[in-house]
Amino acid sequence: MKAAEFRYERPESLVEALGFLADDSLDAAPLAGGQSLMPMMNFRLAEPGMLVDLSALDALKGISEDGGGLRIGAMTRYVDLAGSDLIAERAPLMHMALPHIAHAAVRNRGTIGGSVALADPAAEMPALLLALDARITVQSNTGTKTHAAADFFLGMYDTALAPGELVTEIFVPARAPDRRFGFYELARRRGDYAMAGVALSATQSPNGTFADYRLAFFSVADRALRATAAEVALGGQVPKDAVEAAVAALHDLPFAGDLNAGTSTKQHLSGVVLKRALERV
Amino acid sequence: MSMGETRTISVTVNGETSTNAVPVRQNLVDFLRNTLGLTGSHVGCEHGVCGACTLEVNGAMVRGCLILAVQADGAEVTTVEGLSDSGRGDDLRQAFTDRNALQCGYCTPGMLAAALEYVEAGGTSDRGSIREHLSGNYCRCTGYQPIVDAVCDVIDGRAKS
Repeated sequence: MKAAEFRYERPESLVEALGFLADDSLDAAPLAGGQSLMPMMNFRLAEPGMLVDLSALDALKGISEDGGGLRIGAMTRYVDLAGSDLIAERAPLMHMALPHIAHAAVRNRGTIGGSVALADPAAEMPALLLALDARITVQSNTGTKTHAAADFFLGMYDTALAPGELVTEIFVPARAPDRRFGFYELARRRGDYAMAGVALSATQSPNGTFADYRLAFFSVADRALRATAAEVALGGQVPKDAVEAAVAALHDLPFAGDLNAGTSTKQHLSGVVLKRALERV
Repeated sequence: MSMGETRTISVTVNGETSTNAVPVRQNLVDFLRNTLGLTGSHVGCEHGVCGACTLEVNGAMVRGCLILAVQADGAEVTTVEGLSDSGRGDDLRQAFTDRNALQCGYCTPGMLAAALEYVEAGGTSDRGSIREHLSGNYCRCTGYQPIVDAVCDVIDGRAKS
């Protein structure tokens, strides 16, 4: 299939881009890396009246340090995140997950902001941002807002983005030295969307126990979501001693099946990925 | 295809720069095939899954079906025809022949682009790493063993030379 007709603009400034997005009569959609939007347009699942190609907006690209945390421009591509020493040092959870995000050819184009704005329930990035307690900055031609990741992902392809707003930056807070991370996903083919996956962070005590967990699952429900009951079950314990209790505590998550697996399979696989992620922390 | 809105783009394909009016809705691989007559890049799924249209834009392999021709304005594009003309990757193509790493050949241009990126980036002959890098390219005939064999041969051969 080919995309339906649309108008095309490649603005040189953010102000110009936001102007297009603010004009309801244009029915404009932002084009970031195009690795999800273009397939949806080729399937005619999306037929925007205008594509606003963001690729000339250099201000939205790149990774910089800010008070120990990281500011990541929304148009930063996965390939650049994967090759970044700053990400490897300051956001090791993101670094360990990046090789699992799609295939190399897709990572060469796909952007962090595109994934955040799309909010695919099977994508890794929303769960990573939940586990990292990240913040998401959005801009429109009337101003700038910042959302906690926890308040941003509302449902399947549904976010706190209002019409006319564009994701411009992701902020990952400074990593405490005793913070530990884990990531595991199960996919039929490397690089495909996971059947289930989990990203986690926790604080390690000198005695080997972990506390203050952030456990974020993806591809198991209608959105990336935290498993707070399992976080409580794991808190203050040596991980291997609390795995069974944590897995049992997953039962009340709002699991939802998809084309890959039914609801009960998703529930089972959530326990599997959690065990394996904890073994690797 | 219905033209709709068009733009004039200037793109360097396999070293030759040409200027053409393209419909903005046309993807890069269709432009290469239908306008420039470069039918080496194949069109499979048209939604970024199969890898048959994999080609090189500004030195990075991309899905030719997920980038618009208008987005390639000013870019350097290399297709399998360009690899053939320049001799870059001749050893890879020979290894595919030697290892019987193709049957129908539909996936081969994309496989070569993906494999060449891996080899030129200094990838090792570890089979798992090769499989990971080629994971975005489907083959439905020979399967992946001979393809991975061919890539291993090239890496080992280049290490010796």
